[in-house]
Amino acid sequence: MSNIPDNLKYAKSHEWVRIEGDTATVGITDHAQAELTDVVFVELPETGRVLAVGDNCAVVESVKTASDLYAPVAGTVLEINAALADTPELTNDSPFDEGWFFKLQLDGEPDTSHLLDAAGYAAQIGEA
Amino acid sequence: MGEIWVGGAHAADFLNQTLTNDLGLLAVGESQYTLMCNEAGGVIDDLYVYRIASEAFLLMVNATRIDADLHWLEFQKSNHGEDRSVKVEDQSEQTGAIAVQGPATPLFINDLFHGDGLITAERPSVLVKNQVDAWRFGTGEVYVARTGYTGEEGFEIIAPNEQLVALWGQVLEIGRPHGIVPAGLGARDTLRLEMGYPLYGHELSEALSPIEAGCGYFVKVDKGEFTGRSALMKQKDERPKKKIVAFKMNGKCPPPRQGYEVYNNLEAKKEVWSVANAGLKPQETDPVIGVVTSGTQSPSLSCGIGMAQVHIDRAREGTAIDISIRGKRYPATVCKKPLYKKQ
Repeated sequence: MSNIPDNLKYAKSHEWVRIEGDTATVGITDHAQAELTDVVFVELPETGRVLAVGDNCAVVESVKTASDLYAPVAGTVLEINAALADTPELTNDSPFDEGWFFKLQLDGEPDTSHLLDAAGYAAQIGEA
Repeated sequence: MGEIWVGGAHAADFLNQTLTNDLGLLAVGESQYTLMCNEAGGVIDDLYVYRIASEAFLLMVNATRIDADLHWLEFQKSNHGEDRSVKVEDQSEQTGAIAVQGPATPLFINDLFHGDGLITAERPSVLVKNQVDAWRFGTGEVYVARTGYTGEEGFEIIAPNEQLVALWGQVLEIGRPHGIVPAGLGARDTLRLEMGYPLYGHELSEALSPIEAGCGYFVKVDKGEFTGRSALMKQKDERPKKKIVAFKMNGKCPPPRQGYEVYNNLEAKKEVWSVANAGLKPQETDPVIGVVTSGTQSPSLSCGIGMAQVHIDRAREGTAIDISIRGKRYPATVCKKPLYKKQ
Protein backbone atom coordinates (compact mmCIF):
# COMPACT_ATOMS: atom_id res chain seq x y z
CA MET A 1 0.00 0.00 0.00
CA SER A 2 1.29 3.43 -0.83
CA ASN A 3 1.40 6.38 1.53
CA ILE A 4 -1.44 8.89 0.86
CA PRO A 5 -1.38 11.74 3.44
CA ASP A 6 -4.83 13.06 4.42
CA ASN A 7 -3.85 16.74 4.40
CA LEU A 8 -3.04 16.92 0.66
CA LYS A 9 -5.05 17.22 -2.54
CA TYR A 10 -4.34 14.95 -5.50
CA ALA A 11 -4.59 15.17 -9.27
CA LYS A 12 -5.63 12.13 -11.30
CA SER A 13 -2.27 12.41 -13.07
CA HIS A 14 -0.53 11.60 -9.72
CA GLU A 15 0.63 15.05 -8.55
CA TRP A 16 0.00 16.13 -4.96
CA VAL A 17 -0.52 19.72 -3.82
CA ARG A 18 -0.24 21.24 -0.36
CA ILE A 19 -1.98 24.61 -0.04
CA GLU A 20 -0.74 26.87 2.76
CA GLY A 21 -2.01 30.46 2.71
CA ASP A 22 -1.22 31.91 -0.71
CA THR A 23 1.36 29.29 -1.72
CA ALA A 24 0.99 25.76 -3.03
CA THR A 25 3.70 23.06 -2.93
CA VAL A 26 3.62 20.41 -5.68
CA GLY A 27 5.23 16.99 -6.02
CA ILE A 28 4.44 13.47 -7.22
CA THR A 29 2.78 10.80 -5.11
CA ASP A 30 4.31 7.79 -3.43
CA HIS A 31 2.31 5.60 -5.82
CA ALA A 32 3.73 7.47 -8.83
CA GLN A 33 7.35 7.22 -7.67
CA ALA A 34 6.90 3.48 -7.02
CA GLU A 35 5.50 2.96 -10.51
CA LEU A 36 8.29 4.99 -12.13
CA THR A 37 11.03 3.18 -10.15
CA ASP A 38 14.42 4.92 -9.67
CA VAL A 39 14.09 8.58 -10.63
CA VAL A 40 17.33 9.74 -12.30
CA PHE A 41 16.46 13.26 -13.45
CA VAL A 42 13.83 15.91 -12.78
CA GLU A 43 13.33 18.85 -15.14
CA LEU A 44 11.60 21.73 -13.33
CA PRO A 45 9.92 24.91 -14.59
CA GLU A 46 11.71 28.25 -14.41
CA THR A 47 10.81 30.50 -11.51
CA GLY A 48 8.44 33.25 -12.58
CA ARG A 49 6.64 31.05 -15.10
CA VAL A 50 2.86 31.46 -14.94
CA LEU A 51 1.02 28.14 -14.95
CA ALA A 52 -2.62 27.36 -15.69
CA VAL A 53 -4.27 24.20 -14.40
CA GLY A 54 -3.09 21.23 -16.48
CA ASP A 55 -0.05 22.96 -17.97
CA ASN A 56 2.76 20.57 -18.81
CA CYS A 57 5.41 22.01 -16.50
CA ALA A 58 7.99 19.37 -15.48
CA VAL A 59 9.43 16.05 -16.56
CA VAL A 60 10.34 13.13 -14.32
CA GLU A 61 12.80 10.68 -15.82
CA SER A 62 13.31 7.19 -14.49
CA VAL A 63 15.39 4.49 -16.15
CA LYS A 64 12.12 3.13 -17.54
CA THR A 65 10.53 6.24 -19.01
CA ALA A 66 10.12 10.03 -19.16
CA SER A 67 6.82 11.26 -17.66
CA ASP A 68 5.25 14.70 -17.90
CA LEU A 69 3.98 16.53 -14.84
CA TYR A 70 0.94 18.84 -15.00
CA ALA A 71 0.15 21.84 -12.82
CA PRO A 72 -2.59 20.76 -10.38
CA VAL A 73 -3.51 24.40 -9.58
CA ALA A 74 -2.88 27.73 -11.29
CA GLY A 75 -0.11 30.06 -10.07
CA THR A 76 3.31 31.56 -10.62
CA VAL A 77 6.42 29.45 -9.97
CA LEU A 78 7.94 30.92 -6.81
CA GLU A 79 10.66 28.42 -5.99
CA ILE A 80 11.95 25.10 -7.27
CA ASN A 81 13.54 22.32 -5.22
CA ALA A 82 17.19 22.82 -6.18
CA ALA A 83 18.22 19.67 -4.29
CA LEU A 84 16.60 17.54 -7.00
CA ALA A 85 19.30 18.56 -9.49
CA ASP A 86 21.97 16.58 -7.64
CA THR A 87 19.75 14.14 -5.76
CA PRO A 88 16.74 13.27 -7.94
CA GLU A 89 16.34 10.11 -5.82
CA LEU A 90 14.69 12.31 -3.16
CA THR A 91 11.60 11.80 -5.32
CA ASN A 92 11.72 8.11 -4.42
CA ASP A 93 12.96 8.42 -0.85
CA SER A 94 10.73 11.25 0.36
CA PRO A 95 8.01 12.03 -2.20
CA PHE A 96 5.85 14.17 0.11
CA ASP A 97 8.61 15.97 1.97
CA GLU A 98 12.20 16.45 0.76
CA GLY A 99 11.22 15.35 -2.76
CA TRP A 100 8.84 18.29 -3.45
CA PHE A 101 9.13 19.77 -6.96
CA PHE A 102 8.10 23.42 -6.89
CA LYS A 103 6.12 26.07 -5.02
CA LEU A 104 3.49 28.25 -6.64
CA GLN A 105 2.39 31.76 -5.69
CA LEU A 106 -1.40 31.60 -5.79
CA ASP A 107 -3.56 34.38 -7.09
CA GLY A 108 -6.40 34.27 -4.56
CA GLU A 109 -8.30 31.13 -3.66
CA PRO A 110 -7.26 28.36 -6.11
CA ASP A 111 -9.75 26.22 -7.96
CA THR A 112 -9.38 22.70 -6.55
CA SER A 113 -12.74 21.31 -7.65
CA HIS A 114 -11.03 18.91 -10.09
CA LEU A 115 -8.67 17.53 -7.40
CA LEU A 116 -9.20 14.45 -5.26
CA ASP A 117 -8.92 14.06 -1.50
CA ALA A 118 -6.86 11.20 -0.03
CA ALA A 119 -9.79 8.76 -0.11
CA GLY A 120 -10.65 9.69 -3.68
CA TYR A 121 -7.04 9.22 -4.82
CA ALA A 122 -6.80 5.90 -2.98
CA ALA A 123 -9.89 4.74 -4.86
CA GLN A 124 -8.42 5.91 -8.16
CA ILE A 125 -5.24 3.86 -7.76
CA GLY A 126 -7.22 0.86 -6.53
CA GLU A 127 -6.10 1.06 -2.92
CA ALA A 128 -9.36 2.09 -1.28
CA MET B 1 13.66 -15.37 -28.45
CA GLY B 2 12.92 -17.46 -31.54
CA GLU B 3 14.34 -20.94 -32.04
CA ILE B 4 14.70 -22.22 -35.59
CA TRP B 5 16.25 -25.59 -36.45
CA VAL B 6 18.08 -26.07 -39.71
CA GLY B 7 19.05 -29.65 -40.55
CA GLY B 8 19.99 -31.97 -43.38
CA ALA B 9 23.02 -33.13 -45.33
CA HIS B 10 23.48 -29.67 -46.90
CA ALA B 11 22.52 -27.62 -43.83
CA ALA B 12 26.08 -26.46 -43.07
CA ASP B 13 26.74 -25.26 -46.62
CA PHE B 14 23.33 -23.65 -46.84
CA LEU B 15 23.81 -21.71 -43.59
CA ASN B 16 27.36 -20.68 -44.47
CA GLN B 17 26.01 -19.14 -47.67
CA THR B 18 23.19 -17.39 -45.78
CA LEU B 19 25.04 -16.10 -42.69
CA THR B 20 28.05 -13.74 -42.46
CA ASN B 21 30.28 -15.47 -39.90
CA ASP B 22 32.30 -18.57 -40.88
CA LEU B 23 30.27 -21.63 -39.95
CA GLY B 24 33.23 -23.79 -40.98
CA LEU B 25 34.86 -22.83 -37.68
CA LEU B 26 32.12 -24.55 -35.68
CA ALA B 27 32.64 -28.08 -34.35
CA VAL B 28 29.68 -29.99 -32.94
CA GLY B 29 28.96 -28.50 -29.51
CA GLU B 30 30.10 -24.99 -30.45
CA SER B 31 28.23 -21.79 -31.26
CA GLN B 32 28.91 -18.37 -32.77
CA TYR B 33 27.39 -14.92 -33.11
CA THR B 34 26.50 -14.20 -36.71
CA LEU B 35 24.31 -12.04 -38.94
CA MET B 36 21.85 -12.74 -41.73
CA CYS B 37 22.04 -10.07 -44.45
CA ASN B 38 20.18 -9.20 -47.61
CA GLU B 39 21.96 -8.68 -50.96
CA ALA B 40 22.59 -5.00 -50.16
CA GLY B 41 24.29 -5.95 -46.88
CA GLY B 42 21.35 -4.79 -44.71
CA VAL B 43 20.75 -6.89 -41.62
CA ILE B 44 17.72 -9.25 -41.69
CA ASP B 45 18.61 -10.40 -38.16
CA ASP B 46 21.48 -11.02 -35.80
CA LEU B 47 21.55 -14.40 -34.14
CA TYR B 48 23.45 -17.16 -32.41
CA VAL B 49 23.92 -20.43 -34.27
CA TYR B 50 24.55 -23.57 -32.21
CA ARG B 51 25.94 -26.70 -33.90
CA ILE B 52 24.07 -29.43 -32.01
CA ALA B 53 25.03 -32.24 -34.40
CA SER B 54 27.03 -32.44 -37.59
CA GLU B 55 23.88 -31.85 -39.64
CA ALA B 56 21.69 -30.06 -37.07
CA PHE B 57 21.89 -26.35 -36.21
CA LEU B 58 19.84 -24.36 -33.71
CA LEU B 59 19.38 -20.68 -34.62
CA MET B 60 18.54 -18.41 -31.68
CA VAL B 61 16.96 -15.35 -33.30
CA ASN B 62 15.17 -12.18 -32.17
CA ALA B 63 11.51 -12.87 -31.34
CA THR B 64 10.42 -9.84 -33.36
CA ARG B 65 12.18 -11.22 -36.44
CA ILE B 66 10.98 -14.86 -36.51
CA ASP B 67 8.64 -14.32 -39.47
CA ALA B 68 11.17 -12.23 -41.41
CA ASP B 69 13.88 -14.84 -40.74
CA LEU B 70 11.73 -17.79 -41.83
CA HIS B 71 10.69 -15.95 -44.95
CA TRP B 72 14.31 -15.16 -45.79
CA LEU B 73 15.54 -18.70 -45.05
CA GLU B 74 12.85 -20.19 -47.32
CA PHE B 75 13.73 -17.67 -50.03
CA GLN B 76 17.42 -18.56 -49.74
CA LYS B 77 16.54 -22.26 -49.82
CA SER B 78 14.67 -21.83 -53.08
CA ASN B 79 17.68 -19.95 -54.48
CA HIS B 80 20.03 -22.75 -53.52
CA GLY B 81 18.12 -25.42 -55.46
CA GLU B 82 15.34 -27.69 -54.30
CA ASP B 83 17.41 -30.82 -54.83
CA ARG B 84 19.55 -30.08 -51.81
CA SER B 85 18.69 -31.60 -48.46
CA VAL B 86 17.92 -28.70 -46.12
CA LYS B 87 15.06 -28.61 -43.64
CA VAL B 88 14.01 -25.44 -41.79
CA GLU B 89 11.75 -25.90 -38.78
CA ASP B 90 10.42 -23.15 -36.53
CA GLN B 91 10.25 -24.36 -32.93
CA SER B 92 9.74 -20.91 -31.37
CA GLU B 93 6.24 -21.64 -30.08
CA GLN B 94 7.39 -24.84 -28.36
CA THR B 95 10.67 -23.53 -26.92
CA GLY B 96 11.83 -20.96 -24.39
CA ALA B 97 15.15 -19.71 -23.07
CA ILE B 98 16.34 -18.64 -19.63
CA ALA B 99 19.55 -16.63 -19.29
CA VAL B 100 21.34 -17.38 -16.02
CA GLN B 101 23.97 -14.67 -15.82
CA GLY B 102 26.44 -13.39 -13.24
CA PRO B 103 29.80 -14.22 -11.66
CA ALA B 104 28.39 -16.85 -9.27
CA THR B 105 26.57 -18.89 -11.93
CA PRO B 106 29.41 -21.44 -12.49
CA LEU B 107 29.19 -22.25 -8.76
CA PHE B 108 25.66 -23.66 -8.95
CA ILE B 109 24.88 -24.45 -12.60
CA ASN B 110 25.95 -28.11 -12.09
CA ASP B 111 23.32 -28.60 -9.40
CA LEU B 112 20.58 -28.25 -12.03
CA PHE B 113 21.60 -31.19 -14.20
CA HIS B 114 22.73 -34.75 -13.50
CA GLY B 115 25.53 -36.63 -15.23
CA ASP B 116 27.52 -35.97 -18.37
CA GLY B 117 26.41 -33.81 -21.27
CA LEU B 118 24.94 -35.67 -24.24
CA ILE B 119 27.50 -34.15 -26.66
CA THR B 120 31.00 -33.92 -25.14
CA ALA B 121 31.05 -31.85 -21.95
CA GLU B 122 31.37 -33.53 -18.57
CA ARG B 123 29.49 -30.94 -16.55
CA PRO B 124 27.89 -27.55 -17.39
CA SER B 125 30.50 -25.60 -15.40
CA VAL B 126 33.34 -26.82 -17.65
CA LEU B 127 31.70 -25.44 -20.80
CA VAL B 128 33.98 -22.80 -22.28
CA LYS B 129 32.76 -19.58 -23.94
CA ASN B 130 30.40 -20.38 -26.85
CA GLN B 131 30.33 -24.11 -26.04
CA VAL B 132 26.94 -25.85 -25.88
CA ASP B 133 25.80 -29.23 -24.64
CA ALA B 134 22.56 -31.03 -23.80
CA TRP B 135 21.33 -32.46 -20.52
CA ARG B 136 18.22 -34.31 -19.52
CA PHE B 137 15.87 -32.29 -17.33
CA GLY B 138 12.60 -33.80 -16.14
CA THR B 139 11.18 -35.70 -19.07
CA GLY B 140 12.86 -33.51 -21.65
CA GLU B 141 16.21 -32.49 -23.05
CA VAL B 142 17.59 -28.99 -22.60
CA TYR B 143 20.55 -27.18 -24.13
CA VAL B 144 22.99 -25.33 -21.91
CA ALA B 145 25.35 -22.84 -23.57
CA ARG B 146 28.14 -20.67 -22.18
CA THR B 147 26.71 -17.61 -23.90
CA GLY B 148 24.88 -14.44 -22.90
CA TYR B 149 24.02 -10.84 -23.67
CA THR B 150 25.12 -9.19 -20.43
CA GLY B 151 28.93 -9.05 -20.49
CA GLU B 152 28.91 -11.26 -17.40
CA GLU B 153 29.89 -14.88 -16.85
CA GLY B 154 26.89 -17.03 -17.45
CA PHE B 155 24.79 -19.56 -19.24
CA GLU B 156 21.75 -19.67 -21.46
CA ILE B 157 19.38 -22.60 -21.12
CA ILE B 158 17.11 -23.46 -24.05
CA ALA B 159 14.27 -25.79 -23.11
CA PRO B 160 10.93 -27.16 -24.31
CA ASN B 161 7.94 -25.29 -22.91
CA GLU B 162 6.97 -28.25 -20.71
CA GLN B 163 10.23 -27.95 -18.74
CA LEU B 164 10.43 -24.17 -18.46
CA VAL B 165 8.36 -23.54 -15.34
CA ALA B 166 10.12 -26.26 -13.34
CA LEU B 167 13.48 -25.09 -14.66
CA TRP B 168 12.81 -21.44 -13.69
CA GLY B 169 11.79 -22.54 -10.18
CA GLN B 170 14.88 -24.70 -9.73
CA VAL B 171 17.25 -22.04 -11.05
CA LEU B 172 15.88 -19.56 -8.49
CA GLU B 173 16.00 -22.10 -5.67
CA ILE B 174 19.49 -23.42 -6.35
CA GLY B 175 20.81 -19.91 -7.03
CA ARG B 176 19.28 -18.40 -3.90
CA PRO B 177 22.28 -19.00 -1.58
CA HIS B 178 24.37 -17.18 -4.23
CA GLY B 179 22.09 -14.15 -4.30
CA ILE B 180 20.16 -14.85 -7.52
CA VAL B 181 17.31 -12.48 -8.41
CA PRO B 182 14.85 -12.58 -11.32
CA ALA B 183 15.53 -9.85 -13.89
CA GLY B 184 13.59 -8.64 -16.91
CA LEU B 185 14.32 -6.80 -20.11
CA GLY B 186 15.07 -3.47 -18.37
CA ALA B 187 18.01 -4.96 -16.47
CA ARG B 188 19.13 -6.84 -19.57
CA ASP B 189 19.09 -3.60 -21.56
CA THR B 190 21.32 -1.64 -19.16
CA LEU B 191 23.81 -4.54 -19.10
CA ARG B 192 24.01 -4.91 -22.88
CA LEU B 193 24.34 -1.16 -23.35
CA GLU B 194 27.20 -0.93 -20.85
CA MET B 195 28.90 -3.54 -23.05
CA GLY B 196 27.94 -1.73 -26.27
CA TYR B 197 26.18 -4.79 -27.69
CA PRO B 198 23.83 -3.95 -30.58
CA LEU B 199 20.10 -4.75 -30.43
CA TYR B 200 18.00 -5.42 -33.49
CA GLY B 201 15.56 -2.58 -34.20
CA HIS B 202 17.95 -0.13 -32.54
CA GLU B 203 21.53 -0.53 -33.81
CA LEU B 204 20.69 -3.14 -36.44
CA SER B 205 18.16 -2.95 -39.27
CA GLU B 206 17.69 -3.78 -42.91
CA ALA B 207 18.78 -0.20 -43.70
CA LEU B 208 22.16 -0.59 -41.95
CA SER B 209 25.02 -3.03 -42.59
CA PRO B 210 27.02 -4.95 -39.98
CA ILE B 211 30.05 -2.86 -41.02
CA GLU B 212 28.20 0.36 -40.19
CA ALA B 213 26.85 -1.20 -37.00
CA GLY B 214 30.38 -1.98 -35.80
CA CYS B 215 29.97 -5.75 -36.28
CA GLY B 216 32.52 -6.10 -39.07
CA TYR B 217 34.41 -8.73 -37.09
CA PHE B 218 31.53 -11.15 -37.65
CA VAL B 219 31.55 -10.68 -41.43
CA LYS B 220 34.05 -13.16 -42.90
CA VAL B 221 34.40 -12.02 -46.50
CA ASP B 222 37.25 -14.48 -47.12
CA LYS B 223 35.19 -17.60 -46.38
CA GLY B 224 33.65 -17.79 -49.86
CA GLU B 225 30.37 -16.69 -51.37
CA PHE B 226 27.45 -15.68 -49.12
CA THR B 227 24.44 -13.41 -49.43
CA GLY B 228 25.45 -9.75 -49.15
CA ARG B 229 29.18 -10.49 -49.57
CA SER B 230 29.94 -8.16 -52.48
CA ALA B 231 28.11 -5.21 -50.92
CA LEU B 232 29.84 -5.79 -47.57
CA MET B 233 33.29 -6.20 -49.18
CA LYS B 234 32.81 -2.90 -50.96
CA GLN B 235 31.89 -1.19 -47.67
CA LYS B 236 34.86 -2.69 -45.86
CA ASP B 237 37.16 -1.31 -48.58
CA GLU B 238 35.57 2.10 -49.00
CA ARG B 239 34.78 3.19 -45.41
CA PRO B 240 31.07 3.58 -44.63
CA LYS B 241 29.50 7.08 -44.42
CA LYS B 242 27.81 6.46 -41.07
CA LYS B 243 28.66 4.41 -38.06
CA ILE B 244 27.15 3.23 -34.79
CA VAL B 245 29.15 4.54 -31.81
CA ALA B 246 28.85 4.30 -28.04
CA PHE B 247 28.75 7.48 -25.95
CA LYS B 248 28.66 8.71 -22.38
CA MET B 249 26.87 11.84 -21.18
CA ASN B 250 29.33 14.30 -19.62
CA GLY B 251 27.33 15.42 -16.58
CA LYS B 252 24.01 15.31 -14.80
CA CYS B 253 21.30 15.17 -17.42
CA PRO B 254 18.20 13.25 -18.45
CA PRO B 255 18.95 9.74 -19.70
CA PRO B 256 19.41 9.66 -23.49
CA ARG B 257 16.72 7.71 -25.36
CA GLN B 258 16.18 6.27 -28.82
CA GLY B 259 15.29 8.91 -31.42
CA TYR B 260 17.02 11.93 -29.83
CA GLU B 261 19.00 13.97 -32.34
CA VAL B 262 22.79 14.28 -32.19
CA TYR B 263 24.61 17.55 -32.98
CA ASN B 264 28.16 18.81 -32.96
CA ASN B 265 29.16 19.88 -29.49
CA LEU B 266 28.31 23.58 -29.11
CA GLU B 267 31.62 24.44 -27.43
CA ALA B 268 33.79 22.44 -29.85
CA LYS B 269 31.75 23.82 -32.73
CA LYS B 270 32.79 27.38 -31.95
CA GLU B 271 36.29 26.56 -33.17
CA VAL B 272 35.28 24.36 -36.10
CA TRP B 273 32.43 26.47 -37.44
CA SER B 274 33.97 29.91 -37.53
CA VAL B 275 33.00 33.27 -38.93
CA ALA B 276 33.00 31.75 -42.39
CA ASN B 277 29.52 30.47 -41.61
CA ALA B 278 28.05 33.96 -41.11
CA GLY B 279 24.87 34.38 -43.11
CA LEU B 280 24.13 30.65 -43.35
CA LYS B 281 20.94 29.13 -41.94
CA PRO B 282 21.14 27.27 -38.60
CA GLN B 283 20.54 23.88 -40.26
CA GLU B 284 23.60 24.61 -42.44
CA THR B 285 25.94 25.75 -39.66
CA ASP B 286 24.57 23.40 -37.00
CA PRO B 287 23.25 20.33 -38.77
CA VAL B 288 21.92 17.15 -37.18
CA ILE B 289 24.87 14.72 -37.36
CA GLY B 290 23.16 11.60 -36.08
CA VAL B 291 20.48 9.98 -33.99
CA VAL B 292 20.45 8.07 -30.71
CA THR B 293 19.64 4.40 -31.36
CA SER B 294 19.59 3.26 -27.69
CA GLY B 295 20.02 5.02 -24.37
CA THR B 296 19.67 4.51 -20.67
CA GLN B 297 21.00 5.48 -17.27
CA SER B 298 23.96 3.21 -16.50
CA PRO B 299 23.63 1.74 -13.00
CA SER B 300 27.35 0.87 -12.96
CA LEU B 301 28.61 4.27 -14.16
CA SER B 302 25.80 6.42 -12.67
CA CYS B 303 25.51 8.46 -15.84
CA GLY B 304 23.58 8.46 -19.08
CA ILE B 305 24.99 6.15 -21.76
CA GLY B 306 23.88 5.12 -25.19
CA MET B 307 24.61 4.27 -28.76
CA ALA B 308 24.05 6.52 -31.74
CA GLN B 309 24.30 6.43 -35.49
CA VAL B 310 26.55 9.33 -36.51
CA HIS B 311 28.32 10.67 -39.55
CA ILE B 312 31.65 8.86 -39.96
CA ASP B 313 33.60 12.10 -39.31
CA ARG B 314 32.08 12.27 -35.82
CA ALA B 315 32.63 8.59 -34.97
CA ARG B 316 36.15 8.84 -33.57
CA GLU B 317 36.68 8.01 -29.92
CA GLY B 318 36.78 11.19 -27.82
CA THR B 319 34.65 13.25 -30.23
CA ALA B 320 32.54 15.82 -28.37
CA ILE B 321 28.87 15.68 -29.34
CA ASP B 322 25.59 17.11 -28.05
CA ILE B 323 22.40 15.15 -27.48
CA SER B 324 19.23 17.19 -27.92
CA ILE B 325 16.68 16.35 -25.23
CA ARG B 326 13.38 18.24 -25.45
CA GLY B 327 15.13 21.04 -27.30
CA LYS B 328 18.01 21.42 -24.82
CA ARG B 329 21.57 20.43 -25.68
CA TYR B 330 23.50 18.16 -23.32
CA PRO B 331 27.20 17.38 -23.98
CA ALA B 332 28.40 13.81 -24.45
CA THR B 333 31.57 12.04 -25.59
CA VAL B 334 32.03 9.23 -28.10
CA CYS B 335 33.66 6.35 -26.20
CA LYS B 336 35.30 3.03 -26.84
CA LYS B 337 33.23 -0.12 -26.25
CA PRO B 338 32.64 -1.58 -23.75
CA LEU B 339 31.54 1.53 -21.87
CA TYR B 340 31.92 -0.36 -18.61
CA LYS B 341 34.25 -3.22 -17.81
CA LYS B 342 34.15 -4.94 -14.45
CA GLN B 343 37.50 -4.74 -12.62
